[in-house]
Amino acid sequence: MDFDEILKIPPYSLDKTEKRGLLTERLLDLTEHHKKNCTGYARILASISYDRKNVYSHKDIPALPVRLFKELSLKSVPQSDIVKTMTSSGTSGQAVSKIYLDRATASNQQKAMVKIVSDITGAGRMPMVILDCPSVVKDRSMFSARGAGILGFSIFGSKKIYAFDDDMRLDIDALQRFLDQHQGKKKLLFGFTFMVWQHFYKELLRLKEIGITFDLSDAVLIHGGGWKRLVNEAVTQGEFQERLKNVCRLGASHDYYGMVEQTGCIYMQCRYGHLHASIFSDVIMRRPIDLSECTIGERGIIQVVSSIPESYPGHSLITEDEGILLGEDDCPCGRKGRYFKVVGRLKNAEIRGCSDTYAEKFG
Amino acid sequence: MTNLELYKKSFCETFEIQEDALKGLVYQGIPSWDSVGHMNLVATLEEAFDIMMDTDDVIDLSSYEKGIEILKDHYDIGF
Repeated sequence: MDFDEILKIPPYSLDKTEKRGLLTERLLDLTEHHKKNCTGYARILASISYDRKNVYSHKDIPALPVRLFKELSLKSVPQSDIVKTMTSSGTSGQAVSKIYLDRATASNQQKAMVKIVSDITGAGRMPMVILDCPSVVKDRSMFSARGAGILGFSIFGSKKIYAFDDDMRLDIDALQRFLDQHQGKKKLLFGFTFMVWQHFYKELLRLKEIGITFDLSDAVLIHGGGWKRLVNEAVTQGEFQERLKNVCRLGASHDYYGMVEQTGCIYMQCRYGHLHASIFSDVIMRRPIDLSECTIGERGIIQVVSSIPESYPGHSLITEDEGILLGEDDCPCGRKGRYFKVVGRLKNAEIRGCSDTYAEKFG
Repeated sequence: MTNLELYKKSFCETFEIQEDALKGLVYQGIPSWDSVGHMNLVATLEEAFDIMMDTDDVIDLSSYEKGIEILKDHYDIGF
């Protein structure tokens, strides 16, 4: 099945049965494609005696640990077809995942993302404030997850500014000028949760105390990248959004979940605060003890599947995040498909074993 | 300046290339037409022709020739 066919379907329009049919067919095709074109992946499948006859649904497609992309260079197209290499965000000294993209995969990522985000923000492009510094996208051949996120969302910006300088200080005058220039128009703010909090919210709060205020009531904020740091500061999601609203009358805000290993398939938060899986991808919560599937409401390790990756075998991955499935096809916002929340990261020690064993075996 | 000249100029200036490189040029075909370059090209074209392109058109703009087609068909720009 061709990805272009999937792109024609509205992103939240399929129910459980329809979506299962679609994803199973597409992911089986992708599994065969990667098996044929990526030796490392073929060896992994062989080691677990993979047989497509045992696959009844997309949930049965073997999942690679995301960490494997830090250990191995996995790609299913010749090096000469690679147009972009993306890396995960890691702290210094940490190995980063390397994801190799050819033209088709890179373009399908962008197309899927546009469908997903447009469903939340509306289709039009808007003046956009990027809550980050311009140097993040300087190195154009190697993209960090941060740069990829900014660039991916840039397509929604008609006019754009970076709100911070390279020392992550808010440029108050530039922001004010930009807001004045685009007064009365719906605007998009984009940033990573912790940066938004640390360098935007806290600065707005400080400015408010000395009488400088901004009115962002016609802006919608999209933010992502994880809550870990804010959990440490004891800031909940509700509080984050509430306090931003209080300081600058922010119109709306949506968190998203996604990872560089499956760029394009992001999970956007609806107005009820639920993260939604589109038809391009799905989440499956797994019990740590035996990787069996959790029931609704049960905390588990998040597995993600994506119908996009053709240039690298990342169509089924087990993450190092924990989440809870909240329901399927019945969110009050009207979107079909699964909705869930992310509750945190697994402790390093718990999964490193699996990953290292894998790497040693197949490296 | 004709629309075609303006269109060519937008490409040449954004990607720092000569006019003879334009025919058959595709997205990711040269290092400067990457995803960053692409958004710069869109901004330059929008400014030059005073238009705002739809997200679908931004994505579809995959070659020098395709861009002409999009501007003609969706934005009433005569070439």
